[in-house]
Amino acid sequence: MKRIRRGHVLLAALAVALCVPAAGISGGNGLPTSIGKGEGSLNVIEWAAYTDPSFANKFQKQTGCIIHRKDAGSSNEMVALMRSGGGGGGGQYDLVSASGDASLRLILGGDVQPVNVKLIPSWKQFLPIFRSPAHNTLKGVHYGVSVQWGPNTLIYNTKLVKPAPTSWGAIYSKKYKGKVTVPNNPIQIADAALYLEKTQPKLGIKDPYELTKPQLDAATSLLKSQKPLLKRYWASATDEIADFKNGDVVIGAGWPYQTLQLKAAKAPIAETIPKEGATGWADTWMLAKRAPHPNCAYMWMKYVTQPQVEAKQALVFGETPVNPAACPYMNKLQKGSCAAYHLNQPLSYYNTIHFWKTPVAACGWQAANDCMDYNAWQQAWTQVTG
Amino acid sequence: MAVDVSALGAGPRTRRARLRASTALWRRPWLKAAGLLTPPLAAFLLVYVGALVVLFVSSFWTVDSFTGKLVHHWTLSNYRQILDTSQPYLRIAGRTIGIAAVVTLTDAVLAFPLAYFMARRATPRGRAFLFVMVLLPLWSSYLVRIYAWRTILAHDGAINWALHGIGLPDQNIAYTNWAMWLVFSYVWLPFMVLPVYAALERIPDSFLEASADLGARGFKTLRSVILPLVLPGLVAGSIFTFSLTLGDYITPLLVGGPSSSFIGNVVYDFIGINANIPFAAAFAVVPVIVMGIYLLIARRLGAFEAL
Repeated sequence: MKRIRRGHVLLAALAVALCVPAAGISGGNGLPTSIGKGEGSLNVIEWAAYTDPSFANKFQKQTGCIIHRKDAGSSNEMVALMRSGGGGGGGQYDLVSASGDASLRLILGGDVQPVNVKLIPSWKQFLPIFRSPAHNTLKGVHYGVSVQWGPNTLIYNTKLVKPAPTSWGAIYSKKYKGKVTVPNNPIQIADAALYLEKTQPKLGIKDPYELTKPQLDAATSLLKSQKPLLKRYWASATDEIADFKNGDVVIGAGWPYQTLQLKAAKAPIAETIPKEGATGWADTWMLAKRAPHPNCAYMWMKYVTQPQVEAKQALVFGETPVNPAACPYMNKLQKGSCAAYHLNQPLSYYNTIHFWKTPVAACGWQAANDCMDYNAWQQAWTQVTG
Repeated sequence: MAVDVSALGAGPRTRRARLRASTALWRRPWLKAAGLLTPPLAAFLLVYVGALVVLFVSSFWTVDSFTGKLVHHWTLSNYRQILDTSQPYLRIAGRTIGIAAVVTLTDAVLAFPLAYFMARRATPRGRAFLFVMVLLPLWSSYLVRIYAWRTILAHDGAINWALHGIGLPDQNIAYTNWAMWLVFSYVWLPFMVLPVYAALERIPDSFLEASADLGARGFKTLRSVILPLVLPGLVAGSIFTFSLTLGDYITPLLVGGPSSSFIGNVVYDFIGINANIPFAAAFAVVPVIVMGIYLLIARRLGAFEAL
């Protein structure tokens, strides 16, 4: 009796599996045209809190897709995880919240697949620059949806730094010797390159992420001359907050998150985007090539880009939504947070932000192959900090 | 045996098999020893020696910087880069070894009088109390203790508050190599006190009495009798403090200044940021070699008899 019943169940399951299409019905260009039934599971590689329970639990209840998280500590770790088990997410992972310095590598390495943005209704609400940014869209093909971003700003103590700084020159000048802090990250070289681009035009820097050998050397020597001025290289956001709070540092590079935390603690702190502009990061939910649960993945991309959810994530993580419709929801959750995170800024503001991308040898994806790659950046950074 | 045989005949089959197995083990002691030693030895060979071999082998490879994949092509370029004086790596290795040596010396100087008092002067209750005090820091997380030091050394921390109170100028050692020296000496001190204590406790009272009978004063006894006998303990403790400092990367990260990278920090960066495992492996061979030399010297000095 028992055996027969089990056989029936197996047969029924097989029949159902054969009838339900895996991921909608494929369109002419190979992209799904609708989101099918959820597979009950969603495996993500994420920055910690990118699927925070405060907004992800509702998604799990709505869709039945249970999220399994793998937190990554760096962009390289994300790339390595996506490439494990034969690449494309190893047939294990569905989504990865890749930053601009990793996303291109995933696209060119064939680890992610194109995404039909028509299935993500909020995509049309995005700020235009986040619909098809260079770090996740190649030749008009989208490899994911933008999710959040943040600038790298100049943070300073309003009582001790007078007049208010307007240039990144403030963290390279002797005026605040011993009271300066910058992040411990090779991508900080781009900040130096951005400053050199504006102050030393004869170096011919066009893009702070595409540096030739002499340009990288110039940025490295600028950072070396900055080193005696530093209190330290900060390793985590909480470190920098503590140093600003107790007065060990008075000026430095950081994120809006630190400024907001410090202001909330009533510290005399302000931040600015200096006249040279600033670097920034932008993250994308990308769909793994061999995603085992594509429907749940689409459902998540659809869910997480909604204005209400974008607002919640922005405040959990301390970053800015790509969907400006999130503004009123942010203000509802925390008064004035929309303006504090620069979401209400005009396009001219966004044009001053140079979003992270992986430094590669192929300059501007042209024939020229004389740019320094990320490996060279990492070694230059060790030369500076070591 | 006769009783056993009848039991074998009467008992169930599993019981019989168990008895036979235990007899076999009793008859062949080497079999028993092998059975007991195989799991730990296999773990040692696979996990420990195996990891070291993989580390060493991969240090001769390189990584394709764009795809991030390993290139299995034998080369010495990683080592050449480490030994290149225009690169920062020798400087970083020198700093790591230097601070580890200074921390070891500091701990030896601090631990000796404390351990001497504990072993030879304190009452049993006083000794128990001191033991608890020495071991107490180990009950809390290492990370918490480093953060505590940060609060103490910070600009508005406890030390500056105290200095203000007695009208002295501010200290400014937060985020410097001085801060690292202080914190390292503090966190590893128990690891020096315990072996030194063990060595001091082992010295028979009669040795000291004989020394006194022969006319040696306190200092002479200390130099000619106590120190030579305690040396293995000091060296054993120094193995702990030296190797623990050599491999650390959290303290430099949390209390170090702009020029405070240790070997461990570089290894961490090369793997974490750039996935350049071969170079990280090559650099990680440096402390292995340093420790190897250190342990050889320590063995000469008899440290392993005091462990």
